[in-house]
Amino acid sequence: MGKQRAAVIGVGQTHHRAVRSDVSIAGLCREAIDRALADANLTFDEIDAVVVGKAPDLFEGVMMPELYLAEALGAAGKPLLRVHTAGSVGGSTSIVAASLVQAGVHKRVLTVSFEKQSESNAMWALSVPLPFIMPVHAGAGGYFAPHVRSYIRRSGAPTHIGAIVAAKDRTNALNNPYAHLHNEGTTVESVMASQMLWDPIRYDETCPSSDGACALVIADEDTARASDSPAWIHGTVMRSEMTTAAERDQVNPLAGREAAAALWKQAGITDPLREIDAAEIYVPFSWFEPMWMENLGFAAEGEGWKLTESGATAMGGILPVNASGGVLSSNPIGASGMLRFAEAALQVRGKAGDHQVDGARRALGHAYGGGSQFFAMWVVGAEPPSN
Amino acid sequence: MRDVAVVGYAQRQTTQFDGSPTMVELLVPVFQELYEKTGLTRSDIGFWCSGSSDYLAGRSFSFVQSVDAIGALPPVNESHVEMDAAWAMYEAWLKIQTGEVDTALVYGFGKASAGTLRRTLTLQLDPLTMTPLWPDTVSIAGLQARMGIDAGLWSEREMAEVVNRSLSDAEKNEYAIRKGGSSVEDLLARPMYADPLRKHDCAPVTDGVSAVVIAAGDAAREITDRPAWIRGISHRIDPLHLGARTLTESPSARAAAAALDLTGVEVAELHAPFSHQELILRREIGLADDVTINPSGGALAANPMFTAGLNRVGEAAKRIWDGSANKVLAHATSGPALQQNLFCVMDGSN
Repeated sequence: MGKQRAAVIGVGQTHHRAVRSDVSIAGLCREAIDRALADANLTFDEIDAVVVGKAPDLFEGVMMPELYLAEALGAAGKPLLRVHTAGSVGGSTSIVAASLVQAGVHKRVLTVSFEKQSESNAMWALSVPLPFIMPVHAGAGGYFAPHVRSYIRRSGAPTHIGAIVAAKDRTNALNNPYAHLHNEGTTVESVMASQMLWDPIRYDETCPSSDGACALVIADEDTARASDSPAWIHGTVMRSEMTTAAERDQVNPLAGREAAAALWKQAGITDPLREIDAAEIYVPFSWFEPMWMENLGFAAEGEGWKLTESGATAMGGILPVNASGGVLSSNPIGASGMLRFAEAALQVRGKAGDHQVDGARRALGHAYGGGSQFFAMWVVGAEPPSN
Repeated sequence: MRDVAVVGYAQRQTTQFDGSPTMVELLVPVFQELYEKTGLTRSDIGFWCSGSSDYLAGRSFSFVQSVDAIGALPPVNESHVEMDAAWAMYEAWLKIQTGEVDTALVYGFGKASAGTLRRTLTLQLDPLTMTPLWPDTVSIAGLQARMGIDAGLWSEREMAEVVNRSLSDAEKNEYAIRKGGSSVEDLLARPMYADPLRKHDCAPVTDGVSAVVIAAGDAAREITDRPAWIRGISHRIDPLHLGARTLTESPSARAAAAALDLTGVEVAELHAPFSHQELILRREIGLADDVTINPSGGALAANPMFTAGLNRVGEAAKRIWDGSANKVLAHATSGPALQQNLFCVMDGSN
């Protein structure tokens, strides 16, 4: 039978905040799901299966929370899958949901991912002492700062590039009503003046810790054609590499490079910088924008920062990156990858509102996780894929 | 649908892994055994998918380290579910159905002995209304068993018959950690553990890793003359809340099984961690009386969390490979009191 076409026909997300004490975990998920179902013009009865994604269960203190959430997610009596692939999980979950349709098993799949970080302390959840293993106790910022320093040294990038990214994404977020941070007046200068946390990463160059959820409805070709403005899936990819290997290049990981190459090939893209109109890239610390521009093949190695510096990644540039404000403006970890995939879909559907990239026809959604070992990506388009 | 078959299976299970080995140390020999059995090498595997739980490991991102067992440079196409690895096999089966890959290695792992399993699993319940009362797994199963006995749906004797058959069959399973049948009378004479459950009615706490290889069409035929062809996989979930469902039934098992053609099934490997749960499953599936149930000894002989379901697939596939059956059924369960259920039908017709 071969791979069936699939498209995103519904997108929903919560208002992301540091603490969403007004809703339970179930309520948070339902806020995103109800919006996605309304967008798709479907009800729970018309959903064939549910795919749930989130990052570690220790973040909320509930083991396999999809079990107790099954009813609230409309999954009772239906197939339910729970994906967990580190920070890339929101992307991987979208891909698993898509594969249910692409495999020809289901016609309408609901997928939801969430994190309610205020339920616990993520720093603690990530730093449980383990026998015989050297504790990092650094949090994500301390873990990634050496990678960023290495990038700056290798590329010779000026030290304010990270601040350009942060000022851009925080400004973009002002046009996204769902974004957690709405910091008016963020400039390169104000970012440079903020507290240094993990040299060279300053406070304003880090993602927030958010409560939030994202949901998608992914449908088969017939359903998609009958819907208003589907985002067709042109390619999906997951790649992982090992944690413990001296030869790993953690600044420009091979798994990311190979994932991107496979993705562009699947989507029939030969010049991604010209052919992709908008990109939602997982940038939890500002410097990851130029690093991933290189890893994804938008720029040659050592040249990514020049795209950022030239304004190419800003709204109106050749490739607007994170028009939504990105992870730097909202980071409900388990949902952050799906938000990237969802925002890419909104762009090609022309439904991104005030942060719409004019004329976006093909967009990239990107997520990574762990210590840059895990990658998930997709390309969506306004037209059905030709293959 | 593409024809996809189970073509390799390897496992380790024990009451407690000696020396607290890492998952890498446990998985590497299992992968090696599969490479030898299937003739495949690491680079022949198109997709990798695993099942495990952070709470069982007592840490976040516990699966991350297991990827090191693959030796994942160059990188691999890989995913993970926070579920029994039987559902990881389902994800891998989907991936093969999309046509992107032809082969997949599916693995699961868990060291239940690292904590107090019956209390760890309490954290699966509703965190607002149930977990604070700390009902543990064995107690919930005891309530379920009691309701069935009081309703006349099964008896302590029937439960003991399940145990006696399982532990007798387990004598032939080198990986069983509890084995040795006696008699129904002897079993009924043993003391209560969580009334009406005796200790032998409850699966033993087990550490384990296991893995299967699945492959499509000719790739499967190249590996073995008699692949165990997957003719259908189906799974469903029920509400968790114990007050929101009739505990003596499992509607998700009934609906998942009803989606498959079970005519002619000769052997069924059912993942029933408590003896009465096998009785519930048999009723929900509607299996014929002459179907052989759990020739491996089933979960009452060994129940490694997050691999016991995948083990049912592996054990059922073995009956196809050795020619002792031509059509088999495998089952996996997850969540308290048979909340979530998966069935996989395999046959040997090439």
